[in-house]
Amino acid sequence: MDRATRITFLAMLVVLAVAPFVLYPIFLMKVLCFALFACAFNLLVGYVGLLSFGHAAFFGSAGYVTAYTVKMWGLPPELGILLGAATGAGLGLVIGWLAIRRQGIYFAMITLALSQIVFFYALQAPWTGGEDGIQSVPRGHLFGLIDLHDPMAMYFTVAAIFVLGFLFVYRVIHSPFGQVLKAIRENEPRAISLGYETDRYKLLAFVLSATLAGLAGGTKSLVFQLASLTDVQWQMSGEVVLMTLVGGLGTIFGPIVGAAVIVTMQNYLAEFGSWVTIIQGFIFVVCVLTFRRGIVGEIIGRFGPKGAAPTGGGH
Amino acid sequence: MKLKQALLAGAASVLFAGGASAQISGDVVKLGILNDQSSLYADITGQGSVAAARMAVEDFGGTVNGKKIEIVFADHQNKPDVGSNVARQWYDRDGVDAIVDVPTSSVALAIAAVSKEKNKAFLNSGAASSDLTGKSCQTTTVHWTYDTIALSKGTGGAVVKAGGDSWYFLTADYAFGHALERDTGDVVKAAGGKVLGQVRHPLNTSDFSSFLLQAQASKAKVVGLANAGGDTINSIKQASEFGIVAGGQKLAGLLVFVNDIHALGLQTAQGLQLTEAFYWDQNDETRAFSTRFEAIMKKKPSMIQAGVYGVVLHYLKAIKEVNSDEGEKVVAQMKKMPANDFMTKNAVLREDGRLVRDMYLFEVKKPSESKGPWDYYKPIRTIPGNEAYRPLKDGGCPFVKG
Repeated sequence: MDRATRITFLAMLVVLAVAPFVLYPIFLMKVLCFALFACAFNLLVGYVGLLSFGHAAFFGSAGYVTAYTVKMWGLPPELGILLGAATGAGLGLVIGWLAIRRQGIYFAMITLALSQIVFFYALQAPWTGGEDGIQSVPRGHLFGLIDLHDPMAMYFTVAAIFVLGFLFVYRVIHSPFGQVLKAIRENEPRAISLGYETDRYKLLAFVLSATLAGLAGGTKSLVFQLASLTDVQWQMSGEVVLMTLVGGLGTIFGPIVGAAVIVTMQNYLAEFGSWVTIIQGFIFVVCVLTFRRGIVGEIIGRFGPKGAAPTGGGH
Repeated sequence: MKLKQALLAGAASVLFAGGASAQISGDVVKLGILNDQSSLYADITGQGSVAAARMAVEDFGGTVNGKKIEIVFADHQNKPDVGSNVARQWYDRDGVDAIVDVPTSSVALAIAAVSKEKNKAFLNSGAASSDLTGKSCQTTTVHWTYDTIALSKGTGGAVVKAGGDSWYFLTADYAFGHALERDTGDVVKAAGGKVLGQVRHPLNTSDFSSFLLQAQASKAKVVGLANAGGDTINSIKQASEFGIVAGGQKLAGLLVFVNDIHALGLQTAQGLQLTEAFYWDQNDETRAFSTRFEAIMKKKPSMIQAGVYGVVLHYLKAIKEVNSDEGEKVVAQMKKMPANDFMTKNAVLREDGRLVRDMYLFEVKKPSESKGPWDYYKPIRTIPGNEAYRPLKDGGCPFVKG
């Protein structure tokens, strides 16, 4: 990590440690789950240039699997979350395998269509509880020891999952594998001519992103003790796009900031009712018009070293 | 010295708090109205429910055993995660003692679980799911106004008795629609009617033409609409365009509210039979309540909003008796007292949390029969509570002893 990243990362750890004593833990956990979800999404759109419009499928179905296995089979929470992540990976493999054959808008449409199939399945299948979802999921004991019904214990578990996920994304981006991904983003034909089998790289990136989205979804279902259709709906896919864009596409901290901004708005503006969507839309328009690189992208562009900021809005 | 004083003060306050916790926490009774403030259920719940709760508090005198009564509200956007987030925040941080209303079954089921965990009362008027007092019942849940069983029994059974003995269902193709179709079908058969068939339509459909043609071709006397919200509105509109009612078939709406009729207009909705727990123009008491309500909200109350008034009033009466705001205690007391208000007469709150009230079958008037705005229903039949609701032993509620 370079110096600026390291300082920001340490600052983030401090904030994570202090925040639950100042702010409401459940709210913070929601922010963290969405931040991880947005990081996973950013891995794909920011670094490979693949705009998926179906990430809710991974997020939501992982939530269902975690909720179901923990509630019905009595699995411990850590196993449930891992199964959720595995669900994301499996679905990601299938959907990714089909979708990476096309680029741009076609890729987005294929992911959207396939995620709608997942949504329809979640609506119809008996085990997902239809529009009632799966309710009263027990949080259980982490490793059989830590009682997760204590909000603080749950918070630090979620924070740990988030930090691990974040470090994983960081590692992927800064590995030789990540360099190839960026090469594909910038110029796919050239990457092919250099001898890279770009489809395999894209598929692996897709699966990694789906797995992390599943990890976030599974964790969220334990935090709220429920899994519902909200998380598999296409609006959720749109929301994660919004979070990533507002925070800064292709920046490592951008999705976290974006998720925090959007979730905070939804939370504290809830009393304005339908105005939330309008305010959200307004902010999105302002963001696109005035700082196209997102909050973090813009900060890096102003204060960071020359050429450090992502180009942004390349799609 | 300063430290010692601070410690003493701290200890005293802990003791004091310990003494007070057996009574009303925070010296205030705080009611949180959690419903849809912006989307499809905002009209039948929303600010109207908040106004109804305020009216109940006002009629109760504004205080209970000398403690102030406060009301807060929020929008759950029909999302269970948003709803349970608000609920937890209210219970953990803001000292809310009971959550009221909560339409949308998925959100209601989530709030029921959170309320039980925090030992707070959950006073539901808005949600339809009979699971709230069935397999997902909680000792802190009160389900006040209606449920899917009462609607299907009411409309199904009564329509058959009124001569509509052959049915064809138009069903939304998801769990809720299937359940509604199954329950109503059972009632129809039990009452001696026949189910000729059914057609399933996808959720949120805009084109019902092929489904309605099948319903028309079935020659069934009654077309049952086992769907909700926008789907019901669309199917009623298009049924009117196809001349289904004009052709002699009757429409039976299984989840329709007076506000939907207001939106549809009598020309379109005429002849529709439906079940409600309340209609503003039933007697002097309901008219008096509705006039007061209308002065604030500029429209007539839905049965859900009227129910919010009733459940808040009953809750406050129970708090007065037990002088505590712990969820289990208050709800247990609510079950001991008969419920009485302008729309509820000596109704019993059962062990599983279900209020057993009389339901009413109505038919929507023809435009020529209506005397003006909001004059929409003519009463067909009163369905006694114990006929309308599921028997206690059949619910599968774990804490109800058979």
